[in-house]
Amino acid sequence: MKKFTYNRAENVAEAVKYASNSGVHFIAGGTNLIDLMKEQVERPDRLIDITRLPLREVQEQAGGGLRIGALVSNAALAEHPLVRERYPLLAQAILAGASPQLRNMATTGGNLLQRTRCMYFYDTATACNKRNLNSGCAARTGINRQHAILGHSPACIAVHPSDMCVALAALEATVLVEGPQGPRTIPLADFHRLPGESPERDTALQAGELITAVELPPEGFPSHSHYLKIRDRASYAFALVSVAVGLKLEGEHITEARLALGGVAPKPWRVSAADEALRGQLIGKRSFAQAAEQLLHGAEGFEHNRFKIELARRAIIRACEEAAKGTAQ
Amino acid sequence: MDDASVPLRLNVNGSPCQIKVEPWTTLLDLLRERLGLFGTKKGCDHGQCGACTVLVDGKRVNSCLMLAIMQDGKEVTTIEGLAAGPELHPMQQAFLDCDALQCGYCTPGQICSAVALVAEGKANDRASIRENMSGNLCRCGAYNNIVAAIEKAREQL
Repeated sequence: MKKFTYNRAENVAEAVKYASNSGVHFIAGGTNLIDLMKEQVERPDRLIDITRLPLREVQEQAGGGLRIGALVSNAALAEHPLVRERYPLLAQAILAGASPQLRNMATTGGNLLQRTRCMYFYDTATACNKRNLNSGCAARTGINRQHAILGHSPACIAVHPSDMCVALAALEATVLVEGPQGPRTIPLADFHRLPGESPERDTALQAGELITAVELPPEGFPSHSHYLKIRDRASYAFALVSVAVGLKLEGEHITEARLALGGVAPKPWRVSAADEALRGQLIGKRSFAQAAEQLLHGAEGFEHNRFKIELARRAIIRACEEAAKGTAQ
Repeated sequence: MDDASVPLRLNVNGSPCQIKVEPWTTLLDLLRERLGLFGTKKGCDHGQCGACTVLVDGKRVNSCLMLAIMQDGKEVTTIEGLAAGPELHPMQQAFLDCDALQCGYCTPGQICSAVALVAEGKANDRASIRENMSGNLCRCGAYNNIVAAIEKAREQL
């Protein structure tokens, strides 16, 4: 990897100050960043180690929600008693992702900030607009089995591979950020961006901004939620398609629903019309299929991934059926 | 070694260690190239194979994806640090007893990962062992015997 200068931030203000300069990256778990640096895809001049910042707490909020410090590891979050009890969807999604080693290293903030990426992004011998703007997209006509069917642009068809973020999207989490202009909050749904004509930017973060926490609202759908992940291996692989579902039921009626898709778009995929399609409906295949239609509206595949559209439709129905039966213990 | 080197203090396998490292040195390269601990293996060097698995403050991690300098003040345990003198760690003995390897290249990572797995309390049944060992690949395909070895060692840990 390219040589760089290393600094350890002692507090949030210091970290933000460092990062206001160009060529500076924060590093915490490093599981994606170090990997990309080895391939010369990321070439920072300076790394700011933020692992000593006091952002490792999981705190109950006065209104019943949960505040998760940005440095809480994926493993610690999935095992946290309050997460398991109130937000089992989040625990299930986290444990479906990566490996135990990576979950020990990776942080909550870092999971959000892993790059939206594909193998052409890693391969510096190929064209990639995300890595090298206006160089083209080798994936469009290449091996695009893992790629997006929703939200892609002519410039980029890579997906955001996180499982955790799909659950956070369904739970309508909020991202807390500290930056040169002070603190602000970003709804998770707006945190990751679609590539459009600037695929080099994955998120809404501005220069120098640091994620300090993720907040969950009080409603965690503990009784009826399910995370379904379909992948090429039984474990430790990115999703071809994943579905996060949270339902609230009164008898056989759905009073509230939240759906999100992973593995199919440059960001966790939410369509509010899909949630609305389920509200007031009876649980069952007919209602779930209608929600699937809404979620997949406008889906467009490529040579090797068109199967994902039908796979996603079936996965949505199955995930809803599982959630309706009750959260698996 | 240029003047970019920074001082680092670690405890490696129970012994304190003070050394200067360049910031871009991974923990894996520090262990192998600077400390002469060749038990930890470099497989993919991208966190996909698990051959570089070691324990940092008791937790299993991929040492190939960690900067050594970020581990300042931490305790690192490698395969060399598991045995008590001449006596093998129960997980090492179980891997031998169960013939849980062929070429042996993934074995140090498998054993470190398995020791952490038992400590995490997730070695309860075969399905859980398989799922929670998925970060360690074995290209010889010794998986069945690896699972058997973990089941055997679990009883003694």
